[in-house]
Amino acid sequence: MLGRPNLYTSYQQESQLLPTWTQKVVFAIFVAVLFLLPFDLPVISHIPFVRFLGDSDWLLIMSRMLVFAIAALGLNLLSGIGGQVSLGHAFFMGVGACAAVYLGGTSGETTWGHALPIWIWLPGAGIAAALIGVLVSPVAVRLRGLYLAIVTLGLVFLGLHFGNTSWGTKIAGAPAYGREFPDLDIRLWKEETPLLDVSSSGRWLWFEVSDLQKLYLFMLTLTIAFAVLSKNLSRSRTGRALQAIRDRDIAAEVMGVAEFRYKLIAFAVSSFFAGVAGALFAALLQRLQVEQFGLFLSVEFIAILLIGGAGTTAGPLIGSFFVVMVPEFVKAFTNWLEGAESGPAEILARAALTDGDDFGVINTAIQTPGWTLSVDAWNIVLFGALIIVFLIAEPLGIFGIWVRIRNYWKRWPFSY
Amino acid sequence: MASAAANFKSVDLRRGAPLGFLFGALASALVFGLVQLANDPDLFFVTFMKSMGLGSVYALIALGFVLIFKATQTVNFAQGALAATGALFVSFLVAERSVFVADSIQTERYGQIPFTNLSNPLNAIGGPDWLFWVLSVFIALAFAAAVGLVVERLAIRPMVGEPLFSVAVITLGLEIMFRVFNNDAVVIEFRSLQAPWGLEGFTVGDELINWSFIAAMITAAVAFVAVYFFYRSRLGIAMRAVAFDQEAAMAQGINVGRVFAIAWAAGAVLAAIGGIFATQPPVDQTLSVDQETANIAFRALPAVILGGLDSVTGALLGGLLVGVAEIYAGQYAAANTSWLGAGYPLIVPYIVMLVGLLVRPYGFFGTPEIRRV
Repeated sequence: MLGRPNLYTSYQQESQLLPTWTQKVVFAIFVAVLFLLPFDLPVISHIPFVRFLGDSDWLLIMSRMLVFAIAALGLNLLSGIGGQVSLGHAFFMGVGACAAVYLGGTSGETTWGHALPIWIWLPGAGIAAALIGVLVSPVAVRLRGLYLAIVTLGLVFLGLHFGNTSWGTKIAGAPAYGREFPDLDIRLWKEETPLLDVSSSGRWLWFEVSDLQKLYLFMLTLTIAFAVLSKNLSRSRTGRALQAIRDRDIAAEVMGVAEFRYKLIAFAVSSFFAGVAGALFAALLQRLQVEQFGLFLSVEFIAILLIGGAGTTAGPLIGSFFVVMVPEFVKAFTNWLEGAESGPAEILARAALTDGDDFGVINTAIQTPGWTLSVDAWNIVLFGALIIVFLIAEPLGIFGIWVRIRNYWKRWPFSY
Repeated sequence: MASAAANFKSVDLRRGAPLGFLFGALASALVFGLVQLANDPDLFFVTFMKSMGLGSVYALIALGFVLIFKATQTVNFAQGALAATGALFVSFLVAERSVFVADSIQTERYGQIPFTNLSNPLNAIGGPDWLFWVLSVFIALAFAAAVGLVVERLAIRPMVGEPLFSVAVITLGLEIMFRVFNNDAVVIEFRSLQAPWGLEGFTVGDELINWSFIAAMITAAVAFVAVYFFYRSRLGIAMRAVAFDQEAAMAQGINVGRVFAIAWAAGAVLAAIGGIFATQPPVDQTLSVDQETANIAFRALPAVILGGLDSVTGALLGGLLVGVAEIYAGQYAAANTSWLGAGYPLIVPYIVMLVGLLVRPYGFFGTPEIRRV
């Protein structure tokens, strides 16, 4: 009986985080590699493809990916597990960032701030966003489907306007200019030397760690914490209630699931994730700009869910890797092509690249009039195309592909 | 006594409070409007004409949303990008050699047919400027319809029977893609539409009423009458049948794919018309396509939601209501701009939408979704 992967003798056993020993070991190795990635260790530097992600150029992008993963996990709780589609995730991120800068930023002539330490402003960002989520939910809970999507879309536009008002400027900084964001140093209170220095290079225990490595490790720790939190929530009573509401809300209500209450919880928790992620997002850029939290950011999270696979915890993580990294890979590849001087790469570069009117797809000039686009523009087109292709060809996302591959080998040599 | 207490108990606060709030807001707005009317009737009238002009643009865009929603049960988020694309087509066809001042004197035309090296054949024919412009607009609308058809065939048709939200997200992806191409075309220079009325108009008192307000109103009236009769035609009835139940409609011999295609083509044409007016006052003073033009659809979304996603009447009334709210707020609350923030009229529609939805979750004319257990 032991060692059969699909045999569960209790519910507890089935809903374990990692049911088999193989999964436990693989997962432990994976997390260890993630933590050791930024350091130039002999073992990891021999893993092909993985090593360059630990380069200092890529650490900032990896950190951004981790922040996106936190926000996507939050949206997954609301949309993937609860079935309430929200286009307003960027709004809640913006609320979190504004709350964080209000609590943690410095007070000045044009700005309000309290210069509080990170252990207040980071949870404060989440709580502020959750409160706004609860405030919005009386409208949102009554709406379904596309009506809800459009109303939450309206929130994004309301949030963008916040930076234009005279009182919003005190918190968010001048429009299009923004405001300096507090650093990530962990202080006990407002003392000079931080308890744990995250924002500048220095010594941690016995190791010399650069600022980007510190940033990456900080974000990684938080992301793992939030991933475990979200996984636990989705297999708790709340998670099961939300899944029941997603699958058939009237049936869930008949069975005694309090629809209003659980939807409200879903909004609050998802906004909490978004608020924390928004604060971290602004901390990455070291500047809060309200314009960052626009509709495009919301769509990015919808895309992360759809590409990764909605309703699973791994989905948002895979999706944010895909959505954040693929454009960067394309950019890096284009840069490499541009530098190519001989061989097939040079022929490809001549065919694909252009810096003016000659034939080519990707324009490398600074200004790109006419029918050719720059790499960044192509990346946005690629992003839109990926959404469409995934929805048409693989609605369950990359996680769905993985499940199909896994099931094929599980059942091999039988087809079903 | 007991029954009165029971009655009091049965008042649902979640329903009653917003309704009271709505009526309070409407009543105070009415009183305020009457006071302003007595104060300065000229200004009030001009503001009214302006709000009707804006409301007509919103109603046109909303009508495109409703047409597509009635056939496919999805919101087409790409409507804004289609609007900008249609307006761009017009600008290609009527382009002039130097575009610096929007209403500059018409110089030598070299309008081109989009995606080709062919020049606009209407150039060679000659004739009065306004006729050239109107015919060019019709050609541009044909191009817009073609774009709608292609989009429907490539991205929407494969999704028949899939969850509705997936289709909506596909249109979001389309919006993102189209926007990149549109923005690339307008990033160096704004593309002027060379509308024959320019920035001119007639004056009432000291205030100017642009001809474009009147043009938008007439166009919207024509479009709504056309759609009204369309829904009573054979094809329109087929479209309503498809919206009601795709499978049953198919069983009756209705070609669902063709209905989808026609809805998308019509939606794209309406979007393009809306896009043309989105470059004219009162929406935009530049008379040209820029990166903001595509936002007209997002600005019109509150109108659709307020009226109800599946109601033609709702689109008209919702559009006009939102237009009135936006223009009047912009006119009479301008003294508080620093507190309300620059550009505050743009978010007034969203606030109106939120309040309206508190009262009626399916809009004022929308059909509530019937749910089975």
